[in-house]
Amino acid sequence: MVTAKKFLFALLAAFALTLSGCKKAPGGDQSADAPIRVGEVGSLTGLEATFGTSTHQGIELAVKKINAEGGINGRKVDLITLDNQGKADEAATATTRLVTQDGVVAILGEVASSRSLAMAPIAQSYKVPMISPSSTNPAVTQQGDHIFRVCFIDPFQGEVMAKFALNGLKIERVAIMTDVKNDYSIGLVEFFRKNFVEGGGKIVMEQSYSNGDTDFKAQLTSIASHNPEAIFVPGYYGDVALIARQAREVGIKAPLLGGDGWDSPKLLEIGGASLNGSYFSSHYSPQDTSPRIQGFIKEFKDAYGLVPDGLAATGHDAMLVLADAMKRAKSLTPSDIRDAIAATKDFPGVTGNITIDENRNARKPAVVLKIEDQKLVYETTINP
Amino acid sequence: MVEFFQHIVNGLSLGSTYALIALGYTMVFGVLQLINFAHGDVFMLGAFIGMYTAYALALHTSPSLAALMITLLAAMAGCAIIGFLIERFAYRPLRNAPRINVLITAVGVSLFLEFSGQIIFGADPKFFPQVYQPQGDWMIAGVRLNPLQVINFTISVTLMLVLQFVVFKTRLGRALRAVSFNHELASLMGIPTNRIISLTFVLGSILAGAAGVLVALSYPKIDPLMGIMPGIKAFAAAVLGGIGNITGAVIGSFILGLAEQLIVAYGAPTYRDALAFVILILILLVKPAGIMGVHRAEKV
Amino acid sequence: MPRSFPIIWIAAFLVVIGVELFIIDNLDPYVVAIIIYAGINIILASSLNLINGFAGQFSMGHAGFMAVGAYSGAVVTMAFRDNYPAIFNEPALQPFVFIAAIFAGGLCSAAAGVIVGLPTLRLRGDYLAVVTLGFGEIIRVILLNLESVGGARGLTNIPGITSFFWVYGFVLICLFVITRLVDSPLGRSFLSVREDEIAAEAVGVNTTRSKVTAFALGAFFAGMAGALFAHYLRVLSPAIFDIQKSFEIIIMVVLGGMGSISGSVVAAVFLTIIREALRPLQQITGTDYRMVIYSLVLIVLMLTRPRGLFGTKEITDYLPERWKARFGVRRVSPKES
Repeated sequence: MVTAKKFLFALLAAFALTLSGCKKAPGGDQSADAPIRVGEVGSLTGLEATFGTSTHQGIELAVKKINAEGGINGRKVDLITLDNQGKADEAATATTRLVTQDGVVAILGEVASSRSLAMAPIAQSYKVPMISPSSTNPAVTQQGDHIFRVCFIDPFQGEVMAKFALNGLKIERVAIMTDVKNDYSIGLVEFFRKNFVEGGGKIVMEQSYSNGDTDFKAQLTSIASHNPEAIFVPGYYGDVALIARQAREVGIKAPLLGGDGWDSPKLLEIGGASLNGSYFSSHYSPQDTSPRIQGFIKEFKDAYGLVPDGLAATGHDAMLVLADAMKRAKSLTPSDIRDAIAATKDFPGVTGNITIDENRNARKPAVVLKIEDQKLVYETTINP
Repeated sequence: MVEFFQHIVNGLSLGSTYALIALGYTMVFGVLQLINFAHGDVFMLGAFIGMYTAYALALHTSPSLAALMITLLAAMAGCAIIGFLIERFAYRPLRNAPRINVLITAVGVSLFLEFSGQIIFGADPKFFPQVYQPQGDWMIAGVRLNPLQVINFTISVTLMLVLQFVVFKTRLGRALRAVSFNHELASLMGIPTNRIISLTFVLGSILAGAAGVLVALSYPKIDPLMGIMPGIKAFAAAVLGGIGNITGAVIGSFILGLAEQLIVAYGAPTYRDALAFVILILILLVKPAGIMGVHRAEKV
Repeated sequence: MPRSFPIIWIAAFLVVIGVELFIIDNLDPYVVAIIIYAGINIILASSLNLINGFAGQFSMGHAGFMAVGAYSGAVVTMAFRDNYPAIFNEPALQPFVFIAAIFAGGLCSAAAGVIVGLPTLRLRGDYLAVVTLGFGEIIRVILLNLESVGGARGLTNIPGITSFFWVYGFVLICLFVITRLVDSPLGRSFLSVREDEIAAEAVGVNTTRSKVTAFALGAFFAGMAGALFAHYLRVLSPAIFDIQKSFEIIIMVVLGGMGSISGSVVAAVFLTIIREALRPLQQITGTDYRMVIYSLVLIVLMLTRPRGLFGTKEITDYLPERWKARFGVRRVSPKES
């Protein structure tokens, strides 16, 4: 009885606390030297926490760098990061909170397309620009004219690997393993298959798995009997590393091909020697000697003690593109920032020169990396 | 045909990883009638303890059977302590509470371990150091056998026999069966019920810890949420074999492992995660006591 | 049943209309979002309470029922929008399409509830828990494989119709039905099944019918909540309805007290708010401790107050005696043991 009463009081107090956040206009404090608020929504816990964490580190590093260099026209950037536990509904609520409570001028996020798709209608309805670092589903930026991305989309990356397999590796017989739990993998497979078959190649076997599985021997045993020249596995690095190990265990010698989901030092650590001779497309090559890439890698290592993966790089670029747009924007209102992002042209990011096209997608080259002796080696660059 | 036998071998090896987890599940259920949802997470902790031990002692630099043994012992000891603490502080106070309350507590413990694991270890997958790297596969009539597969299979069958012996041939086992049959009556007979339950729990956790290291050695990617799916599947396997029944747990695990391999190879690979539950529901409908189980009437 | 019953429900309905017309637009959209999720959670928690609290079955697959309702509801409105745009875009007719969609969601989910309920009746307690959990997973895997609803890519561009009025209108319907039900002979049969199934059978209660009805009704409202959710979030993906979602709903029911409807309501509101209220903590510490706190609360609650905050009592039981008559309080709570 007493507990119930106390509880009701606590409830009322919590209610009052939530309601007390009074209504603020998007854009927040516009006084001359107040920090500029930028929001980030990411999966920092939950099943996909590893991707959210990498992206967050990339963004955080970019913010530190921008602020150390004097901020945007003298104003510091204040990054507000909200976790969504890998859930679409949490991502949507977090976006609403960032816009209406924290008054951010722009939003960065999400990695997964399914969550970006939940956030985009909200950002669009408040006319706050949103940049997704790495959602590759074409539908994301079709949600409205305030939604951008700094990564390439599924059709381009699928085409890159198909062309590379046909023309670079000169192979014709490929098996495919799709991660059916992962829209990104499904998208890449669709466009890889289309381009590869049109180019005269043959898909000898298609298998699938679900992200998080650990045993792939059944699929690989079936694939082995078809003797493909390569296996296209556009999944996430954790799964791919185990697939590579088990492919060798069932006696497959053919190389594996994949996309930017592979890009993590963990891939080589877990996969070990079994990945030697495999190729994947990604955003940048760590071997690139240009100072902006080596600088990024060094700063990232100093800050977090590890080599940045592909998602850290795209997260970093999303923030840099936004900062660049804010510097160019007529004023720091969300609509002016939106216009400036849309006008981004040849911005020198870590992941290449980024141009935002009329569909608000990034146009930039993809690099193909080869794994040799458990190290990444630059193979070639493919332009859109 | 060779391919089919390869699938069978792979299925048995997958089944033995489920068996390692299912044995602990079935021990705890047999005595407490509690679905210990946290069992899969203790399994996860076993893998992490193994990893930290291996790095701390630099065992991965000189892979050997001895290194594996040290890692195993460390993980088993660590999990024993964790299991003891869980039982002492989360389950024992609820000994006379309704079963549903204990079940909810188990869910709470499971969530607690998963999420504090994400904060302490980090959410990204970690590489499990190769403390033992047997070289070379055996080829038998075209079917490939990996030494680790053989080790897991042998260990799960051996553990099954050892546990079977303990439960049916020792004084401890007799006490255990008595407690399982009726807590109150057992304590009237002078059996230290709490100590027996605690001991069973620790034993189950030790098994989970060993499973953590052995599974991580075969599939060297570990993360704080790695215990959820294998945990639930191992439980399904234990029910399939007849929960509370040690031989049943192992047989159920092999059946589940084989069924998963075959459905992936010849059926619909994307329905794999549903398969364990479909089997579970079917078996509960057809023979609720499981393959090896004896039907016990619900006590009034 | 008191004769005064309709007054309080009609009054509540008028309040909902009043809030929708005059208050909701002046509130911060973030607060509105929390209020709407709280409403959806109220439906989910009280419907699960019907199964877990009143009928004494332990279902862990409520997210699965919610998913069935969410997807089928969304498919109905989208089919209308694409095939009969004239009807759909007519402001006077759209509410009817929406109501149809929500009921379709509820009915599909109820059908799923019967399918699960019928064969699993032989099972008790823990087994049922695992089977329902498995059922939730099966639903998720099936949705993942259904290309027609987007598979892993999810279902996008669902019309965003759900508003405060719709959510709380259905909250009232749900609460009305459940409160009336538990006082009816059928509801009493639920309680008898919970307290002692064998004794219930002995005195002539059709336990099978009671259990299936409880499952079907609980699933029906969970499906409605799912459909409301779908038309609020505007995108669906199978990953939303995972085991954790089921756990969250269970936590609400347990916290409020199994067998207390007002307990479920209070707990659903409280947990929805606390999720957001703890966000500042996350910004201070840089780590998301919310789920760790959640799980600890659950364990501590079970150890210290295993019957939840309200036990099987209702909030009205705490009212002063002279108010009780006015609010028509009549429930004789089963004594707390």
